[in-house]
Amino acid sequence: MKLNKLVVAAAAAFGALGVQADITVGVTLSATGPAASLGIPEKNTIALLPSTMGGEKVNYIVLDDASDTTTAVKNVRKLISENKVDVIIGSTITPNSLAMIDVVAEAETPTISMAASARIVDPANPKTKWVFKTPQHDQHMATAIAAHMAGGGVKTVAFIGFNDAYGEGWYQEFTKYADTYKLKVVANERYGRADTSVTGQVLKIMAAKPDAVLIAGSGTPAAMPQVTLRERGYEGRFYQTHGVANNDFLRVGGKNVEGTYLPAGPMLVAAQLPDSNPIKKPSLVYISKYEAAYGKGSVATFGGHAWDAGLLLQNAVPAALKKAQPGTREFRAALRDSLEATKDLVGVHGVFNMSPADHLGFDQRARVMVRIDKGAWKLDK
Amino acid sequence: MDLQIALLLGQDGITNGAIYALLSLALVLVFTVTRVIFIPQGEFVAFGALTLASFQAGKTPGTLWLLIGAGVAVALVDITLALRSGVFRRIPGIVGWNLAYPALASAIVFLLKPSEFPLLAQIVLALALVVPLGPMLYRLAFQPLAEASVLVLLIVAVAVHLALVGLGLLFFGAEGSRTPAFSDASFDLGLVNVNGQTLWVVGASLLLIVVLGVFFERTIYGKALRATAMNRTGARLMGISTVMAGKLSFLLAALIGAFSGILIAPITTIYYDTGFLIGLKGFVGAIVGGLASYPIAAAGAILVGLLEAFSSFWASAFKEVIVFTLIIPVLVWRSLTTRHVEEDE
Repeated sequence: MKLNKLVVAAAAAFGALGVQADITVGVTLSATGPAASLGIPEKNTIALLPSTMGGEKVNYIVLDDASDTTTAVKNVRKLISENKVDVIIGSTITPNSLAMIDVVAEAETPTISMAASARIVDPANPKTKWVFKTPQHDQHMATAIAAHMAGGGVKTVAFIGFNDAYGEGWYQEFTKYADTYKLKVVANERYGRADTSVTGQVLKIMAAKPDAVLIAGSGTPAAMPQVTLRERGYEGRFYQTHGVANNDFLRVGGKNVEGTYLPAGPMLVAAQLPDSNPIKKPSLVYISKYEAAYGKGSVATFGGHAWDAGLLLQNAVPAALKKAQPGTREFRAALRDSLEATKDLVGVHGVFNMSPADHLGFDQRARVMVRIDKGAWKLDK
Repeated sequence: MDLQIALLLGQDGITNGAIYALLSLALVLVFTVTRVIFIPQGEFVAFGALTLASFQAGKTPGTLWLLIGAGVAVALVDITLALRSGVFRRIPGIVGWNLAYPALASAIVFLLKPSEFPLLAQIVLALALVVPLGPMLYRLAFQPLAEASVLVLLIVAVAVHLALVGLGLLFFGAEGSRTPAFSDASFDLGLVNVNGQTLWVVGASLLLIVVLGVFFERTIYGKALRATAMNRTGARLMGISTVMAGKLSFLLAALIGAFSGILIAPITTIYYDTGFLIGLKGFVGAIVGGLASYPIAAAGAILVGLLEAFSSFWASAFKEVIVFTLIIPVLVWRSLTTRHVEEDE
């Protein structure tokens, strides 16, 4: 927190000196609290973003919202009224990002969210005109799983997810597409991320005898149902969500997560992508930068969403600078228009092609199916 | 639901219930002796388990820095007080416990390689790092307020809890850890398979409860704690130091917490913030015992464990709701059956 204060103080000092041309980027993310495993790599990535864009100096003001909705909104108000930011990046999780929409729309400040739900950029809501996002929508990932299950001859599926917005959202998305792929959901269970035991849920799943189990959790807590199922002798297929795509999951899951399938952003298996894939090169660049700063094996796909937000900005800022000076209302509007006009921008999670109706702009290239093989992520062809 | 599922759930419930029982005992102990509702109890569970996991991963656990930091803080406060009041003979003891001991612990951690120790030595070392934090916390946060109201002490306890959770995130990161099982043995009892770790948890909990019972009944320190719990002023008039009693109760609470963490770390993944929820369930057990009775608190905690196991089978989405709703009928029943005596103010 000390660092944040320093950054804020530095930014305030710059403001007082009258350096008006600097671009100010406000960041609110969940570096503590339940979503910390997502927020920390994002925070680390923000520190790697370039210090100039389009020839102008960029100041980053990073605040922690502790995975808490009220704090996220408070942070955004502070960034807008006190720091006069030109653009906001954040927050890490869906509830926070949804709560921020009203505030940023009122202040007409473009915002790039790093949370998954499609509702954040729902074109039916006029306020989302100011909101963009970088992670794949849940439905991108849900359809990938459903299609992969159907392709593998799976007929019945058991679902177990977090007893929060993540698990509930996944259940709704997955059941929406299950019928299309002729999958029957035979069990629907919930557990808490800090629970010490999931035996009850696992016994119920085993009694339903599903061909596959889909576990909707994020980070290491998602390993527990799988470990318990394996210990009880379940032999069907396992599917996880992209929420588990970090190396700690492999460490905690050990041999019990071997053979698990999950959809993920291409950067998770960047080195295994064919050279023809445009995403390969930027992903490798990001991974080597991140690991040079934070140690080998430290990279997680969540940080990639923050990197993509940085790429979007670098792409959009030069055009906006031609129209107006940073720090003005006109600049923010020009930046928004410029973000909406993003075309064929290659990020580490996919290729962005934005439009007024689509403030994410990903296509099929934004996801791959990955299998865990000998304690490593393997691209599943 | 058939018999086999019921037995498996029962086994699961008793395993977790045993841990909750230990924590509920620690909560009752701390409350009766110091009137502190010890919210940070759960943090010791997480710290114990994660310190052990750090040793096994070959890392230096952050709790070592906490021990050194807390030791220096306590030493500064106590030495200043000793100098001011001119009681110089106390200084060697203060330096020994708060500076030399952490220094010795860090020497062991840095010079020898704890990752190559046998499991038992790792456990002892983890306990040696975490348990002294209990009395140090008492000295820093609670001893200056020993005469304050229960509410003030509760607020301080919440503050200590939040500080420790934050430090836990800093020390151990957001992701969890698991430790290897004490034994891989499993026993086939006809319908169900009982694994070795479950027996370890239940056995060690029972043993600890018996040891605590003997401690309270037979030893002079145990009797001093009981006397302080019954009547602080009276105990003081009999020459029992309430400061000593407070530190001792926190030491025991930290020991029970850290040991519970080490017991369950092979069964489940422990996160920096796991402890809070485990501690809260122990608290439900302690409430059943009216924060006063050890046997009823332990039974209440086992009930919480069983309720949790069976509700996770029938209605997993409402598991926590069911467990914590248990407090309401218990409170109603207690308020109807016991005559309430206002102790404070």
